Parts: sequence; C-alpha cells; structure tokens
Amino acid sequence: MSDRLLLGTNKGLLILEKRGKTWEFVSESHRAIPVSYAMHDPRHDTLWACLDHGHWGTKLHRSQDGGATWEEVPAPKYPEGMEREPGHPATVSYIWCIVPGGQDQPNRLYVGTEPGGLFQSDDGGDSFHLVETLWNHPTRPTSWFGGGRDYAGLCSIVVDPRDSRHVTIGISVGGVYETCDGGETWQPRNKGTLACYLPDPHVESGQDPHYMTCSPSNPDVLWQQSHCGVFRSTDGGQNWQHISQPGGPVYFGFAVATDEHDENTAWVVPAVADEFRMAINGSLMVCRTEDGGKTWQELRNGLPQKNCYDLTYRHALDITGDRLAFGTTTGNVFVSDNRGDDWACIGNYFPPIFSVRFA
Amino acid sequence: MPIIKFTHHLQRFFPTLAPQSIPGQTVAEIIQELDRRYPGLAAYIVNEQGGLRKHVNIFVDGELIQDRQSLQDAVSEAEVVYIFQALSGG
Repeated sequence: MSDRLLLGTNKGLLILEKRGKTWEFVSESHRAIPVSYAMHDPRHDTLWACLDHGHWGTKLHRSQDGGATWEEVPAPKYPEGMEREPGHPATVSYIWCIVPGGQDQPNRLYVGTEPGGLFQSDDGGDSFHLVETLWNHPTRPTSWFGGGRDYAGLCSIVVDPRDSRHVTIGISVGGVYETCDGGETWQPRNKGTLACYLPDPHVESGQDPHYMTCSPSNPDVLWQQSHCGVFRSTDGGQNWQHISQPGGPVYFGFAVATDEHDENTAWVVPAVADEFRMAINGSLMVCRTEDGGKTWQELRNGLPQKNCYDLTYRHALDITGDRLAFGTTTGNVFVSDNRGDDWACIGNYFPPIFSVRFA
Repeated sequence: MPIIKFTHHLQRFFPTLAPQSIPGQTVAEIIQELDRRYPGLAAYIVNEQGGLRKHVNIFVDGELIQDRQSLQDAVSEAEVVYIFQALSGG
C-alpha cells in the first residue's frame, strides 16, 4: 500500500505523503501550470507530469529524483502534414494520460492525447511517435468527436499484464478499441455499451467511455464509467453489461477504480448527469460493488453531505491495497483506509484536481 | 535586421532569453533561428505543424502578423518583432 499521492491540479503538481497518522504536503512542482495528469512509473522510479500551458502548448516532464528536479522531454507531436480533419492540421491540444508499457517492455510508454492520438515511446520517453494504425482507423473520421472538450480524447490505456501486445484503449468520444497484435490492427469493442446522446445508442463506434480500467486479478474483466452508465465486461471487451442502477445514483460520473484481488469489486463516484456535472443533491458519495455490479453500496461516512458541489474527474480516483483516494474540482482530497467504508478529508483549498495517483 | 523582443513569461523556461538581433526574411525564419539558439523554444511559440499557438501573438513593428499558419509575414525590413502571449484565461 502506497503512502504517497500525486495530485495533478490546475496550479501544478502537488505531492502528499502519509507520515505517521497524517498526510503531509511534501512538494509542489510546475507552480501555476495546469498538470493534466501525473504518475509514477515503478519500472524506473520515474515521475511523469503532463502539462497544459495555456499559452505555450502541452509539455511532458519527468523526474528521476522523486520530484526534486524535472526535465522537459519533447512532447508527442503529430507528423508533419497530418490533419485532424480535412483542412485542419492535427496538433496535440491536451495530454490526457501517460501509461507504462508491459513488464517486458521496460522502455515502452504510451501517451493518450486530444485529438484522439495514441503515442508510443520505446526509448523511455525520450521520443514518441503516433500509432498511425489507430489514427487511421476507418471509424475515426465519422465516429470520434469532442464531448466536454473540443475534440476526441484518448483517456484510457490498458496494457494486458499477461501479454503486452494486447492493449485496450478508450476514447471519449469514440469508444473502446483493442489490439491483440501489438498495434498492427485495432477493433472496436463497444457491444453492449450505450451512446444515449446519439440517434442510435448502439453504434459500434462513437461511444463515450469516460474512463476504462481492468481488474488486475483477471484482466479480461474490464470496467468503464461512460457518459451513459457504468459497464463491465468479463470477456476482454467483446461484450459489455450495463451495471448502472435504474434511477441512479450509479449512472453518470467519470472515474472508476478496481480491486487488486477481486474482479467483482469496483468503486465509482457518481454525479448528476450530464449538463449539471456536480454532486448529487449537494452530497458526496462513493459507490462500491462487490458482486460485479449487481448491487451497489453508497459510501458516505466522512464525506460532505450538504452544500457540496464536488465533481471527481476521470483520473482523480485511485486505489492501493485497501486504500482509496480521490480529488475533486473543488480542491478537496479524500482518503479511505478501509475500502471506502470511512473517509477522511486530507486537504481542502487545493486547486481544481485533474488527477490523483498513488506513487 | 530586426530586434526580437519577448514577453518576460518565456524567461521562466528559457532564463537566458533576451532581446537580440536575428537575420531572416520571414517570421518563420526568425522562429527557426531562435530554436537553434534556444533548443525547444519554437515548440512554445508554434505547434508541431508550424502554426502560431492560439494564445500567442507576434507583432512586426507593432502590427499583428497576418499568416498565423505558416508565418510567412516579411520581417527583413522590420525594426522590431515582438513575441507576446495573448491575454486570455483567468
């Protein structure tokens, strides 16, 4: 279980550590620059931070001394002449996430971007190239588009721990795609999910997985919090089951976290859909299922239950052992050491939080 | 040969950046030379397709440049080129 938290916030990367019984503020990096995502790559004990300068573009930084110093590496770039759509050059407008490759790929990293590009590095992040097989997928021109942001965002990357050539990604809006051959070919995997904002909700592509992850103990079990419900697959995304609650509260939200050892257990942070995007009835809850989504428990102990507007973004919920943590748009961070039964606020007044990851 | 001046905000990332003369026929050539002198600087001013970033402005002798896509505005006769950030956000 990790005692270290990385917070990607609107005003920089904040690092918190649990010392004794309390969480302490350890460091701040990239002051006043929005950090869209930050993570720790255990393979090289490297920290990564994705920056979203308002004026100067998206940047990628890494630290090999725990955040004391940072090095800017060339950010992913679309190849010269590539177009997002006819007449509009493709340029990286946001870095959504950076994810380590498999254990047998020590120098592989993936980066997901807006507008919908998957980038790959095989030199430890010194350089990245666009995975053109996915970019050139025939469904992209007609079925990938913006939702909360202007263009499609590649927000989820799941590398199968049993087979690094098997990668599943989620695009918001676009859907889930899978490669089983190391990225040579990609297939949409959206059967059973719903696009409630389209005339045909059952489209093969054009679904909106806000965030997708797998159960580490059985990577064939995938979970996604989508725009139109929570879905689970037990066959690697071939088929999805709708596991939301009729009438809520488990329906709309962004984040989902899974238990390390139990493929039937996951947590979501429900919110009001979708033009509101705020806590339900002014009170904050996390919901947990321990039976694969058949039933959900509302976990509220220690969370604000009135006058609350907190929203948890897709990368702002994480788990390590029995400990969960999430951060909100209102700048609150909550931690539970007992699988969500009880929560403690370990910090108010932080900037709006985009990502929360244990390191 | 114009003098290139910068918003001081860029000095956070390129501490030695200072006003300087740079030969060139176009804004694009100026940016190219700046990147040679300060590796990585171009990526702060233009995107990977060479277009001026949305919230960056370049003025040539006080006039906003016209070609934001390929930066072909002439500078050979200019006296001063300003690289600013646009006012945006909060």
